[in-house]
Amino acid sequence: MPDMTRKTTSARKATVTALAWTVGFLIFFPVLWTILTSFKTEGEAIAAPPSFLFFDWTVENYLTVNERSDYPRHFWNSVVISVGSTLLGVLIAIPAAWSLAFVPGRRTRDVLMWMLSTKMMPAVGVLVPMYLIFRDTGLLDTKTGLVGVLTLVNLPIIVWMLYTYFKEIPAEILEAARMDGASLRSEITYVLAPMAVPGIASTILLNIILAWNEAFWTLNLAAAKAAPLTAFIASYSSPEGLFYAKLSAASTMAIAPILILGWFSQKQLVRGLTFGAVK
Amino acid sequence: MTLTLRALLGASVAAGLSTAALAETITIATVNNGDMIRMQGLTSEFTAANPGITVEWVTLEENVLRQKVTTDIATKGGQFDIMTIGTYEVPIWGKQGWLVSLNDLPAEYDIDDLLPAIRGGLTVDGNLYAAPFYGESSMVMYRTDLMEKAGLTMPEAPTWADIKAAAAAMTDKENEVYGICLRGKAGWGENMAFLTAMSNSYGARWFDMDWKPQFDGAAWKATLTDYLDMMNNYGPPGASNNGFNENLALFQQGKCGMWIDATVAASFVTGADSTVADKVGFALAPDNGLGRRSNWLWAWSLAIPAGTQKEASAKKFVEWATSKAYLELVASKEGWANVPPGTRTSLYENPEYAKIPFAKMTLDSINSADPTNPAVDPVPYVGVQFVAIPEFQGLATAVGQQFSAALAGTTTLEDALKNAQDLATREMTKAGYIK
Repeated sequence: MPDMTRKTTSARKATVTALAWTVGFLIFFPVLWTILTSFKTEGEAIAAPPSFLFFDWTVENYLTVNERSDYPRHFWNSVVISVGSTLLGVLIAIPAAWSLAFVPGRRTRDVLMWMLSTKMMPAVGVLVPMYLIFRDTGLLDTKTGLVGVLTLVNLPIIVWMLYTYFKEIPAEILEAARMDGASLRSEITYVLAPMAVPGIASTILLNIILAWNEAFWTLNLAAAKAAPLTAFIASYSSPEGLFYAKLSAASTMAIAPILILGWFSQKQLVRGLTFGAVK
Repeated sequence: MTLTLRALLGASVAAGLSTAALAETITIATVNNGDMIRMQGLTSEFTAANPGITVEWVTLEENVLRQKVTTDIATKGGQFDIMTIGTYEVPIWGKQGWLVSLNDLPAEYDIDDLLPAIRGGLTVDGNLYAAPFYGESSMVMYRTDLMEKAGLTMPEAPTWADIKAAAAAMTDKENEVYGICLRGKAGWGENMAFLTAMSNSYGARWFDMDWKPQFDGAAWKATLTDYLDMMNNYGPPGASNNGFNENLALFQQGKCGMWIDATVAASFVTGADSTVADKVGFALAPDNGLGRRSNWLWAWSLAIPAGTQKEASAKKFVEWATSKAYLELVASKEGWANVPPGTRTSLYENPEYAKIPFAKMTLDSINSADPTNPAVDPVPYVGVQFVAIPEFQGLATAVGQQFSAALAGTTTLEDALKNAQDLATREMTKAGYIK
């Protein structure tokens, strides 16, 4: 009897593992295909049936892309914009999430919902007003402007994520700190923050990824000087002409840094994302 | 000694300052097309001849570019000193006073050398508002070997009946050869560019002189009937998702007998990536004997937004990039086949250029399109494969979705036309055209 149980369990485990790998592969496939295409010639990129691994590998597309565009500049702009907007957002969101989690009022839930509701509006609806503000304040095509707008765009998500993590921390611990005479600032810095590190870390990581991939505001409010990697990719897409291989090379170069960051921090990410998930 | 040193220092600072004040950066927004990329590559030639000017490029995909430059010009954002725009935008923006007139270009620019059809599409009330960088029309590209096998010859100026007969004869579905490949993907610049141009040759039009939509007429029904008939019987599977790039890929792999699309495709289908490069023939876009052919007219052009601080430098660049000398420069570096086509009469009088197999067909196609008088019946608008009003993008995309659905078989021809008529009537009433 006990043997039977073990068998069912291991069979089940194998099925679940296989399923997880299949789902994982399906999700990863478009990225893999992009990477593979970036090493093909334009002719092979559109060949039907497509060749999977057995084609003449070439790095010609990467050379062309590097020759034509200023990758380091776009890359640096992406780094400044995504990291800057995330850090600024977290600085604003920590006190906000603290008050929402530990000093809830009658309207806390409404406030949270209202914050999230700003994400429900299509971005293009406020493009012209935003553009006018940026024009009048001289922020068009500046990194400062983009850091500002991406902070605002992602702030609701940062507040929500931090709020969920903070809710998991027993208020009694903070109370105890207060009874020991800790000021509000030291309460947040020395008691709350260390306990919420996994949560804060994963919030930061996730928001860097979101800001890195943000393509509406970065494309519309930047032109030459502040243009990040999204503009770099957009310059290789074309409705009249087959540039799939070059486009794939540009995309691969644009996503590679964030893929590597995600790879190295996946432990933190998973821990943070599942933190408080089981209720 | 110290005095001399000081004077020298002062002079060098002053010199430095004056060069800094002279150096001016112009920002140019453009699309990712082969000819524009080539222009980008030749920037150093321009800056060498104009030492005070540096050039910053913003290259974007066509739809992203359109959204971006439209936002910028409508709000007078001033991010760009030169914008690459098409024949759709120029009449609308010119009328709004958003563009700098180019009538004062110097005599050696030879404005009268510009092809009349192209120049007409870029002129509003006698003002040239954009300089054409390259012009294109549409034409029939066909497989000479398949035509020969079918025992047919393609006339230089075929009718739709010729096209239908050739499509039927060349189709060999077992070997994945489809007689005809046409655009099916929904969008004002996708299937509607093709279908609007096709409808001109059937005597159809978007609006009558009172801006009343005409989709309930017999001419549109005939257009769509023939289009669906050809595509369903002789077209590739899943054609309702096919745009320029998809059809180009099919043609290059030898799966299309004919393809009717932009003249710029000629250099691709005869290029290195094409498996049928030496078996391609060209013919004018078909007609129905009503006096209008089904070819369109488009010109990617360089325009200067009104209000730019750098108008003089911008004008210098526009003049350089669209001049006769630029064509010669490209020819000397990359050969005549890579010269941006379709803008100047002198290019087509050049015996070297006449040797290019698709040169004459491109010129004839462009010359046979008339943006100010596109349909058989009179129309209140400018534009061959579009209607140059701001509402057209949204409206034609909605209509395009109806026609694409009819091709996919999710709606009937009658319903698609009825919905198109309703959509257009509602939109045009709302916008105040129909009183």
